[in-house]
Amino acid sequence: MKINLDVNVHHLTRVEGHGNIRVRVTGGKITEARWDIVETPRYFEVMLKGKHYTMAGILTARICGICSIGHCLASVRATENAFGITIPEAAAKLRLLAKHGETLQSHTLHLFFLAAPDFLGLTSAIPLKDLKPEVFGLAARLKGLANHLCEVVAGRTTHPVSIQVGGMAKMPDKYALRDLKAQCQRAVDDLAATVELFGTLEIPDFVRETEFVSLKAAKEYPFIGGRLLSTDGVEHPESDYRAMTNEYVTENNTSKWSKLSRESFAVGALARLNNNYHRLHRKAREAAGQFGLAPICHNPFMNNVAQLVECVHVVHDSIRIINELVDTSNGETMAPVMPRASQGVGAVEAPRGILYHDYEYDALGRVVRANCVIPTTQNNANIHYDMAALVKQFAVDGMTDERLELLCSMLVRAYDPCISCSVH
Amino acid sequence: MKHLGMEQNRPRIAVFDFTGCEGCELQLANKEETLGAFLNAIEVVSFREVSSDRGDDYDVALIDGAITRPDEVERLKTIRQQAKILVAMGSCACFGGVNRLKNAYDLDEANREVYGDLPKETMPTMAVDEVVPVDLKVPGCPVSKDEMERVVQHLVWDLPLPSYAYPVCLECKQRYTVCRFDLGELCLGPITRAGCGAPCPAGGLGCWGCRGPAESPNYDEFFALAKEKGFTEQEINDRLSFFGGFQDVVSTTAFQENTNEDQP
Repeated sequence: MKINLDVNVHHLTRVEGHGNIRVRVTGGKITEARWDIVETPRYFEVMLKGKHYTMAGILTARICGICSIGHCLASVRATENAFGITIPEAAAKLRLLAKHGETLQSHTLHLFFLAAPDFLGLTSAIPLKDLKPEVFGLAARLKGLANHLCEVVAGRTTHPVSIQVGGMAKMPDKYALRDLKAQCQRAVDDLAATVELFGTLEIPDFVRETEFVSLKAAKEYPFIGGRLLSTDGVEHPESDYRAMTNEYVTENNTSKWSKLSRESFAVGALARLNNNYHRLHRKAREAAGQFGLAPICHNPFMNNVAQLVECVHVVHDSIRIINELVDTSNGETMAPVMPRASQGVGAVEAPRGILYHDYEYDALGRVVRANCVIPTTQNNANIHYDMAALVKQFAVDGMTDERLELLCSMLVRAYDPCISCSVH
Repeated sequence: MKHLGMEQNRPRIAVFDFTGCEGCELQLANKEETLGAFLNAIEVVSFREVSSDRGDDYDVALIDGAITRPDEVERLKTIRQQAKILVAMGSCACFGGVNRLKNAYDLDEANREVYGDLPKETMPTMAVDEVVPVDLKVPGCPVSKDEMERVVQHLVWDLPLPSYAYPVCLECKQRYTVCRFDLGELCLGPITRAGCGAPCPAGGLGCWGCRGPAESPNYDEFFALAKEKGFTEQEINDRLSFFGGFQDVVSTTAFQENTNEDQP
């Protein structure tokens, strides 16, 4: 029997930003399988020109409403690397704690509100409030903790204020930190319940071999700075990020595309896990084990599970960091800042993958040139090529337009794309 | 649904995103302790970022983002025709937000710099009310969920909308935050509309004016203070132009006169 299928999704729902899916199968042959980004460009790299170094982090946080902390961290790190600044130890700990807050916030938002409805046959998570109040409560509590973490450490849940060039503008008081720790400890049970819940969901069986790029662990599971690593064995220092990203412009997309050893590569939770599995917290590895997730996993739908595993990691690691901060006697959080004509790169693992900011400064500390490479920019080509492979595997007898549309949409959502970010 | 035994109006709300970071929409899903009650009070007809339902029978349209491409103008006009109440949500929708900064650059050059030989369609950034009439403006970068809750309470129970005539300065004093000026920093708190709860100065950052001007701000006094503390015209204008809310006073004569006194 000749198979004919037609999927046309304009502005895919339950993702950040605007993207379209177009799939056509005619007489059993795939004539089209596309993932296109149609988001309006904002030209952040141009807007940065002439701005003072104190403005860069505040401005670039606005690239993304979900991962504003990641952008701010990459921005201040690029500037600090340019000016030759080493931030105080306490500030580095606070930054990682803020990063953990964002990772938990973004991952729980994605897992419960954006991804889970597909697996539960719902159009959104809103009906869960009445259908499964215990699940809605779980999501609200975990996301609430994440937002509270960001607020206490970074000054706000979205668009941080305390992350500044030189370190952190303030050390939260110890009562607030102890309260946060107690909340993290309570969240451990909620995470166990979440692992159990997601264990009941059926993850599509689909594999397309690709290359995974992330930061490389030095001692800890990596989130802020360090060397760059791919599963195909490519390794570069942070400053050579261009050798890792190779961005290019395509006709149909306002987001750029990237490639490395193959036609595309992937970044994100699954990439981090594939490259740094052994640095995960023991409890996080146990959670991964419950899903049979181990490196190197090439099923993009398992990125959902990898995010959940990272949620377990960041909550346990947050408890460790808070213990160290409460015990520290040196509360210094800011290093002196002296601008100079220079250039610097900052790489940070945003929730959706590795993010780079690269600035060139004049002697007065104003930006001369800027470049930002976004996780979803790096993922877009991989999503595109996955789409064709997915359609090839699932365009069989009995497949309907509706089911194929759902599968393609779930594929895109599994990457948790941050589309307005990718265009910036 | 009844509240305290009374039938209540459940506004049919749709959320639409234009050019921006979608952070304001994200705020709607925040404040988890009241999220259930918030969602019970409204009916979400369309909200692309969190739901696959796409209804067209909404009464209230919340607009997130600025307008930066011709297709956005058309989309916004269609939404305006359907919506009984159109709310500009956040600084991008209210003033153009940080997106307005691009208007200071040549857009053809900007396109070449970012996209090389394959330029993408764009146009100078506009606020929502430069395209269609707006019924209500809720500024902020991001918008405050507390304020969005007050907007919903207004729509459901006809409670009066909060009016923040006073500046952020007052809210700093209310939470015992040390003045950023006293710490040697510039701050737009004296002229910026309150209602945010002043989180930035408390977090160690002087105000950047994301909520735009308070009612009848005393610009003369502010410029005099900033000058007395030694801040340059560029530093002050960098702030005033950052979120687009103070477009009218960037490099005003008031400031020029103040700085010109210094000139030999």
